[in-house]
Order: sequence, then structure tokens, then C-alpha cells
Amino acid sequence: MSQNTVVFRIKRQENPAARPHWEEFAVPYREKLNVIVCLNEIRRHPVTRDGRKTTPVAWECACLEEVCGSCAMIINGKARPACSALIDELKQPITLEPMAKFPVVRDLVVDRSRMFDALKKVRAWVQLDGTWHLGPAPRWNERERFRAYDFSRCMTCGVCLEVCPQINARSSFVGAAAIGQVRLFNSHPLGGLQATERLDALMDKGGIAECGNAQNCVEACPKDISLVDAIGEVNRQMARHTLKKILAG
Amino acid sequence: MNTEAKYIVVGGGLAGLMAAIRIAEAGGKVDVFSLVPVKRSHSVCAQGGINAVLDVKGQADTIWEHFDDTVYGGDFLAHQPPVKSMVEEAPHIINMYDRMGVMFSRTPEGILDQRYFGGVKKRRTAFAGATTGQQLMYALDEQTRPHEVSGAVTKYEGWQFLGLVRDGNGRARGIAALDLKTGEVRTFRGDAVLLATGGFGMVYGRSTTSTICNGGAASAIYQQGALLANMEFIQIHPTAMPGEDKNRLMSESARGEGGRIWVPRKPGDTRDPRQIPEAERFYFLEERYPAYGNLVPRDIAAREISKVCVEEGLGIGGENVVYLDLTHMDADYLTRRLGGILEIYQKFAGADPRQVPMKIFPSVHYSMGGIWVDYNQMTSIPGCFAAGECDYQYHGANRLGANSLLSATYSGSVAGRTMREWVAGQSDRAADAAASFFESEQRRHEQINATLLAETGEETPTDLHRELGEWMTRHASVVRLNKGLDELIGHLDEMLERFRTRLGLTDKGRWLNQQLAYARDVGNMLQTARAVARAARNRDESRGSHYKPEFPERNDEKYLFTTKIAYDAAKDEPVLDYSEAIDVQHIAPRKRDYSVNKKA
Ligand SMILES: Cc1cc2nc3c(=O)[nH]c(=O)nc-3n(C[C@H](O)[C@H](O)[C@H](O)COP(=O)(O)OP(=O)(O)OC[C@H]3O[C@@H](n4cnc5c(N)ncnc54)[C@H](O)[C@@H]3O)c2cc1C
Repeated sequence: MSQNTVVFRIKRQENPAARPHWEEFAVPYREKLNVIVCLNEIRRHPVTRDGRKTTPVAWECACLEEVCGSCAMIINGKARPACSALIDELKQPITLEPMAKFPVVRDLVVDRSRMFDALKKVRAWVQLDGTWHLGPAPRWNERERFRAYDFSRCMTCGVCLEVCPQINARSSFVGAAAIGQVRLFNSHPLGGLQATERLDALMDKGGIAECGNAQNCVEACPKDISLVDAIGEVNRQMARHTLKKILAG
Repeated sequence: MNTEAKYIVVGGGLAGLMAAIRIAEAGGKVDVFSLVPVKRSHSVCAQGGINAVLDVKGQADTIWEHFDDTVYGGDFLAHQPPVKSMVEEAPHIINMYDRMGVMFSRTPEGILDQRYFGGVKKRRTAFAGATTGQQLMYALDEQTRPHEVSGAVTKYEGWQFLGLVRDGNGRARGIAALDLKTGEVRTFRGDAVLLATGGFGMVYGRSTTSTICNGGAASAIYQQGALLANMEFIQIHPTAMPGEDKNRLMSESARGEGGRIWVPRKPGDTRDPRQIPEAERFYFLEERYPAYGNLVPRDIAAREISKVCVEEGLGIGGENVVYLDLTHMDADYLTRRLGGILEIYQKFAGADPRQVPMKIFPSVHYSMGGIWVDYNQMTSIPGCFAAGECDYQYHGANRLGANSLLSATYSGSVAGRTMREWVAGQSDRAADAAASFFESEQRRHEQINATLLAETGEETPTDLHRELGEWMTRHASVVRLNKGLDELIGHLDEMLERFRTRLGLTDKGRWLNQQLAYARDVGNMLQTARAVARAARNRDESRGSHYKPEFPERNDEKYLFTTKIAYDAAKDEPVLDYSEAIDVQHIAPRKRDYSVNKKA
């Protein structure tokens, strides 16, 4: 591999119905490149390594600092945000593929709407009377707050679903991200007022029972969110909730 | 006119969603358009916090002082009544976010903690670690979802706003937008339209903003006749990590928590910073501005850092970087308060800021100017409103840190009310407007797209964009010289010509053609840049972020006026107007001097 270029193998797919194929590109090397800078270079000059003109590669990005969740893709076999994938730390040729657990829109762009649907399903919000002047939320312990904050950094990037063996085109499992949000809202002094509704939602098909405890999510999460702890905590809440329901007959 | 009113909100950042929620909770129906899923809007980037007087630190902070700090910090160019209303509403906004479940950092008593920020002597900034914008954005994203479930809000995510649909009287009746996935242009009817489309950092190529912050929507309505204002006021943030693709911000909160900026006193000193004794370090902000030190407002800090590097040759190792040092502070404390940014620095620079000082340099960050609006957030086009970073209203010539999450939220909530009031006052509905208005706007954009797709010239949108960024950064950022601005203006005209005659697209398809959307943005960015350059050229004074060494003083007699910018379609150029005097009814303008304590 020559020092002055960076070689990419990119899985291309024109549209959802098209057959995927691979193309190779060589981008001039400089220090401190990341995958996004290289994709920009390919957009500027969309010519394959063997000199064939092609279309620019489609991909998503926005913040370029791992807070928006847009640019997750599979890089050298690992699902991760592309903005923080530094070229100097990657083995070449660098392969880029779209995440496989979501429908491909084009090239590296996938449709992650199932994640937003899951947030609706589990009612991942505090139910407010309104946004008008109703004073502050109750006081809250900073230690608890700091633990909960961990889960509110989830950027819905999709990596935890991508690595989860329970997620596939046929399963309706909501995935670790949504369960993390249930953990978050159930612990909040106001959000907790609707805890049982969220637990009921997670009892349905696609709910927490479908977690197979592979624990890949926590390994893969780019924000190191304690997803397995969240699943454990919600499972315990679920057990208490179920028991109460039975006792209440 | 029995039909139900319909509202259009373009932009799903804090401003857009706040407006949408306000309208939905009052029973209105809203279509929300966004380039990206709204949860990924640029507001997620905000780090340091949001200002409001809660006075939780026994410092006798007052709303009046927040007002005065903002007006003084903005060098008196903001109309005062809306700023006053905003700071009065601020504590309620914090309470609202608190009830929405925002993970604001707390004190041992369990109340919201507050930290210091630039240009302010009180602890007035509420924060959630160093990811405050993300936390606020998620709260509004979450609060929008039940309205989506109930059918009050419909989201169009992955759509690009192209233009307003206006009727024969020039009133806004809806919008034209491009479905980025299918490539289809569609029009939508709306009784009131809000643009909450954010800033335009991308006009400078590299900035601290997201790649989607190109200001294309504001530029489009400007070219349709909406006025822009104060476009020359671009905030350069003093502390960002210079990067190839983006300058990643290291929030002002790093200094709010005690971070210090310095360079070695000896030019070109190559020693490890930790080996350089205190006496051999030049804490230039602390020495030159003893009253505010590292927390002088951004325009001043950015100018000083540039000066120390460029004029005084004191940048680290001769390069254009200085130290932002946190290493004297407790590592655990830093992780709790600033974890989000420390992680960014560590990931992208490969060094731990708890152990070694960060290397930073100023970067384009925020646009104080934008779409002209009245005190009801209505633009000069009846029925079209603007809120958030894309409006020009709240920050004058320089924005204080942590005031824009506030202004985005506040202006969005104002628009959510005034849009309804405006619609209530109309005698007919967009549903009654003639179809021809919609058809002609749709055809106009289909034609633009078809023309762009057919282009086969040698100029790529990427190269034009890069060139634009370099020229803007060189001539229209920290230091502005009229000669340079003249060159810039000429060059932008030439670039626009090249864009129109020599562009070439390599992607000819319709399906998710990102190049087509990008090309449209580049055309719009060129027009935005021309407005910025012209406004900067014309203002011969120094005020806030607008600094001309040839005219080092503020000149209230001549320039205590809003720069209003109209697009003359016949001549294809910006036309400037200074007839709007600044409303200074509450606080008389006085000289800004941060080397001494400000007196309210
Ligand atoms: C790195 C960084 C840190 C910051 N930190 C702070 C801070 O600590 N405190 C503070 O007060 N401020 C901070 N700011 C500023 C603040 O984040 C922004 O000013 C604010 O978030 C803007 O919000 P907004 O709602 O106006 O726009 P945005 O959040 O930018 O939203 C714009 C919306 O418009 C949509 N849009 C844009 N163009 C189109 C189009 N053509 N068609 C359809 N949709 C479109 C986008 O998809 C998006 O949904 C920071 C800024 C940066 C860059």
C-alpha cells in the first residue's frame, strides 16, 4: 500500500431495489484525515481507482463531532460513526458499507426510522401539561442525575441495533437504544409518573423479552452508554410491575 | 373559509420545534420540514449552556443585569425591547426544559447549578455537562413526538426548503420543497410559514457548525424579496481545534470553569508546555483585561488570540495556535463538568486535556445577522416568520455565550404565538389561494433542478465551496480591510458567474442526488456571502465582531442603525439601507471596555 494514498473499498447501491456492488477509490494521503474528509474528496472527484468516472458516494453527516448520530456506517467491519474514524488508525484498504440492519436508501445512507418509531412506542418523553409557566421540576439528587445523563447522550445512531443478534428484518424488537430511554425517563422525578405506561409498552411484542442478552450493544456504543445496565434495571422494574399487576388481579 | 388553519415550520432545531410545540399545544396543525431527522439538527452541537437569571449563587444577580450584559456585549446594536422580553422569559424557559427532563447539572441541594460564561460577572449559565444543546434538542424532539402521535404535527424529514409560495399580493401562502430521497419538488399550503433554519457557518467553509448550516433557506427567501439585516456581524469563537473538515469547538465553559489561555513568552518555544514555568507563560487575556480575564467576550478574545499569533509571532512553535489549559484543575471535576468536550478533544486530537493543555485557535462560529424580523418575528414578507439563529434580532454586534440557546428557544416560542395571532387576523386561508401560485413556484424549481442536472462544465460544487470559504475567511472574518473586501466583492461576482456558466454535476439521477441539493446550496451561499461582504464593506467603524483597523472606533452617530439588505433582482445585487435606528429606549449607549468592570 503506497504511503501517499488512502485506498477505500465502498459498497455501492444506487437505490433500494438495485443490486449492491463494490468500487475502489484512492484518495491523496495527508495527516489527520478522517473517513468524512475522504468521502468529501471522493465527492469532489468521483473517479474509481482504475480511472473510471462514477457517481459521488452518498452518505449522511452533520455535526462531525459525534453528537448528531448521522454518520454511522460499517468501517472495516465495525459499525461506528465515520467522523471519528481517523485514517491513521485504520487498516487499508478501508472498507465502507451501509449498516445492514436498516433498509438501504442509497450507498451508505440507510433508513433508521424504526428507531424513531420505537421511541414513540415506548413513550420516550415526559408527559407535560404544557410548556407554559408551571414552575421547575422537583429537586433531584445530583448522583442520580449524573447516572441518568449517561442515557440522555444517546444519539440514535443505530450502532447498538446493528450489532444486536435479535434485530433483523422480521423482528420487531425495539432494541437497546429505546430501552435506555425507558430507563432514563422512568428514573426522572416527573418522567417516572408515567413509568408503568412505558413498561406496558415494553411488555408487548418487540419488547424487552426479546433481548437475548448478547451484550454486543454495550461493547459497540460509540458513547459508552451503559446499555446493559439499562436493560437490567428495566427488567427488574418489569418484574415488579408484572407482580403488582398479578396481585392487583 | 371554514377550513382549519395549517402552519408550516421549516427547521427542526430548537427554534423550529419550540414554535411547532407551541402551535400544536394550542390546537393548531403543523408541518415541520427539515434536511435531517430533527433530532440531528445543529442545535445538538451546543455545549456550554443556556443563560437565565436564577440567582442560585447568592450573587444578587438580576434580570436587569442580564439585559444590560447582553446589550453591552452586543455593542448596542440590538433593538432593546425584544432583548428585554427575552431575558425576562429566560427563567421560565429553564423551568420548562427542567420539567421536560433535561439533565441539567445540579447542586448538592438538588437545584440547578450555574456556571460562569463570557462577558458576565455572575454565575448565570445553566448547563448539562458540556452537551447542553444536545440535551435541550432532545427534550424538544421528545416533546414533539406525542404531537406527532396525535396527528397535530407531521414531519417531513429529509426535505430541502426551496422557496416561498406567494400570492399576487406578495403574501406567503406556502412553500416549495425538494424530497431529497425521490428528487421530487412539491408545494405545501400554509397559512403562516416559519423559517427556523439556523446559521450559515458553511459560507466560511470551515467553522464550528454542522455541515448542514449553509443558510440556503434564508438566502432563498432573500432572493425572493425578504430583507436581511446586520449580515456583517459574524461571531468568531476564540477557542476551537483547527481541523481539516471542521473546527471543533472547545466551549467557553472550559474558561467558565477556570481554564486559562496562554502562550510561551519566548517566541517559537518548543518545550513541552508542562515544563514551562509560570513566569515564562504569557496569560495575555488576564494581563490585558484584568477585570474579565479569560472571560472577555468572544470578539475580544478572538482578536487578541489572532493578534498574539499573527502580529506578535507568539503562537505555539510559531504556528497559529495557543494553549487552552485545564491541567491545573481536578480531573474528576473536569469530567463531570466538561466531559463532552474533553472526549471530543481526546478522540480527535489524541491527547487528554486533563493531562496536557489543548491547542486552539479562533473559528467562525455564529451569525448575529440574518433575516430581518419585526418584534413579532415576522419577516418583511407578510405571513412569513423567522426565528432562531437565522433571524437577526437579539445579539446586536456580538452574541454573549449561552445566549443563543436562549434566543432560539425564546424566538421560537414567540413565533408560535404570533403566527397564530396573524392567521386569526386573516380573512381567508391558504387553502383558498389559487393553484397557479403553487404551480408556478413548483415549475420554477423544477426548471432550476433540470438546468443544474444538465450542467457539464468543469467547476464542481465542492471546489467552488472551498474557494468561497477561503476567500470569506481571508477577508471577512476577524480583521476587515476595505481593500480586501473590495477584492472579495469582485471575486464573489466572478464566482457567481462561474457557478452559473461553468458548473458540472457528475450525478445526473434523481434518487437521493446529494450533489444536486449541494449545488443549490452553493448557489445560495454565494448570494449570502455577497450580502455579508457588501454589508462589511459599507460599515466604516468597529463594533463588536466587526473590526476594521482603519476605523478602530465605534461611530454611533453614523452607524447606530440596522444594516438592512434587500436583493435587487433586476441588478442581481444587494442594496443596503440604514434608515432603521436602533431602539435604545432602555439603556443609553456607552463605551464598551472590558479591561474594567462594567457598571450597569
Ligand atoms: C459547536 C457549537 C456550540 C455551541 N454552543 C452553544 C452554547 O453552549 N450555548 C448557546 O447558547 N449557543 C451555543 N451555540 C449556538 C447554538 O447552538 C445555535 O445558535 C442554535 O442551536 C441554533 O438553533 P436553531 O434552532 O436556530 O437552528 P438549528 O439547530 O441549526 O436548526 C436548523 C434546522 O433547520 C433545518 N434546515 C436548514 N436549512 C434547511 C432547508 N433548506 N430546508 C429544510 N430544513 C432546513 C435543519 O435541518 C435544522 O432542523 C453553539 C454553536 C456551535 C456551532
